[in-house]
Amino acid sequence: MSVIYILITVSIVVAIVFLIAFIKAVKSGQFDDDYTPSVRILFDDEIKKSPSKIIKVEKQKSI
Amino acid sequence: MDAKNCFHCGNEMVDNEAIYFDEKEFCCNGCKTVYEIFSQNDLTCYYDFENAPGVTPQDIIGKYDFLDDEKISSKLLDFQEANTSIVSLYIPHIHCSSCIWILENLQKLQEGITTSQVNFPEKKVRITFNTSLTSLKEITYLLSSIGYEPYISLENFDSGKKNVDRSLIYKLGVAFFCFGNIMLLSFPEYFEVEEYWINQYRGFFRWLIFALSLPSFLYSASDYYVSAYKSLKSKLLNIDIPIALGIIVMFVRSTIDIVFNFGQGFFDSLTGLVFFMLLGKLFQQKTYNFLSFERDYKSYFPIAITKLNADGSEAPIQIYDIEKGDRLLIRNQELLPVDGVLISEKAAIDYSFVTGEAVPIEKKSGDKVFAGGKLNGKNIEIEVLYTVSQSYLTQLWSNDVFQKKIEQKHKTITDQVSRYFTSILLVFAFSVFVFWLFIDVTTAFNVLTAILIVACPCALALTAPFTLGNVLRIMGKQKMYLKNAVVIEQLAKVDTVVFDKTGTITTNKKTSITYEGNTLKQEEIGLLKNTLRGSNHPLSRRLYDFLPQVEKVVPSHFEEIIGKGIEATFNNQIVKLGSSDYLEHISENTHKKTKVHIAINGIYKGSFIFNNQYRKGLEELFESLSKSYSLTILSGDNDGERKILEKMLPENTQFIFNQKPEQKLQYIENLQKEGKYVMMVGDGLNDAGALAQSNVGISISENVNVFSPACDGIMDASEFSNIHYYLQYAKSAMRTIYMSFGLSLLYNLIGLSFAVSGNLSPLVAAIIMPLSSITIVSFVTVMSNYYARKNRKMAL
Repeated sequence: MSVIYILITVSIVVAIVFLIAFIKAVKSGQFDDDYTPSVRILFDDEIKKSPSKIIKVEKQKSI
Repeated sequence: MDAKNCFHCGNEMVDNEAIYFDEKEFCCNGCKTVYEIFSQNDLTCYYDFENAPGVTPQDIIGKYDFLDDEKISSKLLDFQEANTSIVSLYIPHIHCSSCIWILENLQKLQEGITTSQVNFPEKKVRITFNTSLTSLKEITYLLSSIGYEPYISLENFDSGKKNVDRSLIYKLGVAFFCFGNIMLLSFPEYFEVEEYWINQYRGFFRWLIFALSLPSFLYSASDYYVSAYKSLKSKLLNIDIPIALGIIVMFVRSTIDIVFNFGQGFFDSLTGLVFFMLLGKLFQQKTYNFLSFERDYKSYFPIAITKLNADGSEAPIQIYDIEKGDRLLIRNQELLPVDGVLISEKAAIDYSFVTGEAVPIEKKSGDKVFAGGKLNGKNIEIEVLYTVSQSYLTQLWSNDVFQKKIEQKHKTITDQVSRYFTSILLVFAFSVFVFWLFIDVTTAFNVLTAILIVACPCALALTAPFTLGNVLRIMGKQKMYLKNAVVIEQLAKVDTVVFDKTGTITTNKKTSITYEGNTLKQEEIGLLKNTLRGSNHPLSRRLYDFLPQVEKVVPSHFEEIIGKGIEATFNNQIVKLGSSDYLEHISENTHKKTKVHIAINGIYKGSFIFNNQYRKGLEELFESLSKSYSLTILSGDNDGERKILEKMLPENTQFIFNQKPEQKLQYIENLQKEGKYVMMVGDGLNDAGALAQSNVGISISENVNVFSPACDGIMDASEFSNIHYYLQYAKSAMRTIYMSFGLSLLYNLIGLSFAVSGNLSPLVAAIIMPLSSITIVSFVTVMSNYYARKNRKMAL
């Protein structure tokens, strides 16, 4: 069997895997909201800041 | 900078009224409380993302008591099992990244909330909570207390769970998968025609391509077969017939080609075509998730209201369960859901939803009150006269215009053109086929199939979706939100424009106030301002904002008589202001104007007159529109402003006053019977019927997130002066479509010249089809962007 059969089969299988991944992503609603995740990813550890530090930051801002 | 802004909500405030807390300034206790809640829970980062992102929380005691009722609250939940519940709440205030952050950290504020997730475009938050630790009512109160009051209306009650239709995206994904792989696998045969290598693997490649084209042919393109079948059944020729025919012929001929080893077939063009056309469909489907164009009274009405039982106890009752003779308790700022008789002594009811008139109407005990009014002031009691479905306001929705769907009213431009296109194409294809039959039967079949393949109007089918989709997006950026692409075609046909008056050509925000009477001294103005401070009546607030800043003095005695006026005492000086009736002053002027009368120490001083202010650019707009459109002002108000309007607006403008909602609808219908194509511009629920009846109903809104009635488009009020621009732009868009129709027919002619002579090779088809699609798409995009820049005035 020629190598070309193997290569093409592999490439098609990979493509099918991506197609299934895409369909699954759509089904789970990932494409319904394309804005919020882009903001959400920027939030992380803010909550751990101590209150005193936040007040300092705000002071500088208000000037 | 003189004016200081509240740290929480950003409102400007008077220096000596500011509340200081934690080295920050707040405009009121409400804002301060929200800050306190956040700082106690280490959530002050809220203020880091955006400056002053908050809003003052409203007083809502008792408003959501109905959520205690299990039957009602379970209807609102998306999911419920054992101790876990999920609810999606619509929160109009969601507007920035701070909002997302705070709402996704709700679990820090309330025990029992597991997770919360914001959907920003839809302004919704989805909360998962543990029912043994908290309840929907507690969550609602928590949200309200931090200024994110959810909007719960009767609509939530009916709609239930909506299924999102994602089939187009699946189809597009499959089509792209097939198209991409087939293109790659087709390349060897494009370039190596008669070589040893390709000869050896030809069969393998061809059958693989055939297999790959099946999902695209059978699944992705299925909408076209269905639509073509439907249109054949109703004996109308639409664009989907030649498309479906082209696709099927292409598939059958290609299959025959590879079975009998004639050639490689047209599978590459076939899948490419399906993919591009689905892409066009998706592009046209621009939707504004945060807007709703299908609203009726249900989205204005509360879900439940308080019922007074015979023994005097209060209980929430679902709106649909209200029966004639029930007694209801209406709280301040609540909407009357039904028609009834007022039992309490007095009430001031704001009918701005229904009539567009902002000034509350005073009712006495025994008067009829109508559904749709909002209570201003003390709680009242009413006795129900009609159930919800029989109320005066809801009756309007039983009119037929609300049942029709817009698609049925209108035939799209593509369908019109394709009627001719399809019939000409079929006649042409078969005459050429007959001609070739006499020469060579095999070639005849080749030619017939080639014609049907090449004439498949993919470019034609792409033109309108891409142009209109692009125009829709551009208009959306300019704050004119149209329901769908069909509206643009209709805008281009409009020849008559009808405007509502209150709220449409006038602004609700700024009212110019003039004073009439004896001149007031500086100290008297000071007294007035201090009197007004304590009142929440809309006129008091406006007058308060109008008067100059003065030093704050707290009156020793203050009394507000709802629907009448205010009395306040400052060190022996008595200030009385309110209606003429309250001051016992008989005004010789007509009652057509809205006035606040003033008396100090028992001496009548004069009155403040509230004039409606017209929107900026109104005169210019009417001037330019009057050249090509006939204009009408259709108002529910009295004709008090007729003279001013007649002077301001062009001579041929028609004025019709004192119109009830159904008369407005009737008027539009009569215009249409005369053959006019009508655009209605309105705002309130009183225009809802007219907006639905008109060919294009545009609702104008100061804040597009606030509710507007069912319509074809929602326009931000700042864009009012650009109405003429939008009309012209819609016309230009149609011109662009006609131009590119010409272009795509040209491509079809070139393709046909190959096809007729029997020389259409798969390679030629594979080049012509994408090339024509791409040029058409870029042409329409460039043209619609060019027209968008032309003629546009900057927003005022």
